[in-house]
Amino acid sequence: MIVTRHESLRIQDEDEIVKIRQQARRWAADLGFSLVDQTKMVTAASEIARNTVVYGGGGTVDIEMVQAGDRQGLRLSFVDAGPGISDVELALRDGYTTGSGLGLGLGGARRLVNDFEIDSRPGQGTRVVITRWK
Amino acid sequence: MDAKQKALADLIAENPNTLRAAWMRELAIDVKRTNLMGEAELQGQCQEFLMRLEHAIRHGELEDIGAPSWTPVRDYLTEVSQRRANLGFSPADTATFVFSLKKPLFMYLQERSGNDSMLVEQIWQTTALLDRLGLYVMEVYQKSREEIIARQQDEMLELSTPVVKLWDGILALPLIGTLDSNRTQVVMETLLQRIVDTNSEVAIIDITGVPTVDTLVAQHLIKTVSAAKLMGVECVVSGIRPQIAQTIVHLGVGLGDIVTKGNLAGAFEYALRRVGMTTTPIRSES
Repeated sequence: MIVTRHESLRIQDEDEIVKIRQQARRWAADLGFSLVDQTKMVTAASEIARNTVVYGGGGTVDIEMVQAGDRQGLRLSFVDAGPGISDVELALRDGYTTGSGLGLGLGGARRLVNDFEIDSRPGQGTRVVITRWK
Repeated sequence: MDAKQKALADLIAENPNTLRAAWMRELAIDVKRTNLMGEAELQGQCQEFLMRLEHAIRHGELEDIGAPSWTPVRDYLTEVSQRRANLGFSPADTATFVFSLKKPLFMYLQERSGNDSMLVEQIWQTTALLDRLGLYVMEVYQKSREEIIARQQDEMLELSTPVVKLWDGILALPLIGTLDSNRTQVVMETLLQRIVDTNSEVAIIDITGVPTVDTLVAQHLIKTVSAAKLMGVECVVSGIRPQIAQTIVHLGVGLGDIVTKGNLAGAFEYALRRVGMTTTPIRSES
């Protein structure tokens, strides 16, 4: 897989979540994603970015245009150094939350993208990588 | 290229490692938030910048850094600045990356000239003072820009949440832009207050202008609708475009018994029926 374009952004507060949404939308449009695909990717980015701020205490995101063979995609890697998730399976379950939200963000984001990776251990922070292919 | 310029380029070319080490020591003193960037990355930046600087001094004019011979230096500074802005460095800390190279350079120049240390000292003091003033100006400028933006955001907050009366008993709330939590709070309060003021029965929340509906936005909508319901008012959510509808389904958000419509016209027609009105075309008399 080749990375053809890359940008790093930090995520500390609500304003920066907005910025990430805008950037994800712009890059998805540049890649020629349909309106539905753009919206799905942007919404997934919004969910994970908010988790990074609310549960991870802020972090960074790497936005990348990737190419594998003849297909192109948008990949977002969110990293935080927060408390981590002790039970990832449980966190992905719809309706489960340790906060005050609906408990649908993580599982919902997984359904909105093509590839979803999560790597988290208590005390080690969390890394979520989402990719959507054109 | 004159002799002085060549001497400066030579100085950098002959002492790249010691100069870089002295520069990094200065950076460690001058930059407050050193933990934002790793040692290795900083070292790489210093090394690359020195190389490009030396090349530009040797092949370009010192007076005009806008010239093509300075493009590699400008490009690299742009890269360095953007990286630091993203990492959360202040403008002053970012500019210090360049300014802190002065002291090591001046020290080398002083060593070369040997005799007139007093003069070099004075030049150093003066230039350092001016740098600090320059940095101060930049910082203030940046801050005031941020204040303007913050004020405009506050104004937007007020402006962009109008509650309009469409008919007796029917209110509409056209939402535009980002529904972050601050704003949603204002939206909710304004809507509930206007419901009381106007004695309305139906409220239409139109989200045509909301680009992203994620779980937080959905949650805010559900809460607003529930609060209105407690006051005996039915809410209709309109402006759910195809891409938003598909996304909400994938997210797994259940909008329950909330009445939703694709566009405002549909919602208005529904609301009119709820208050006992219908629309009919005007019949021609002739």
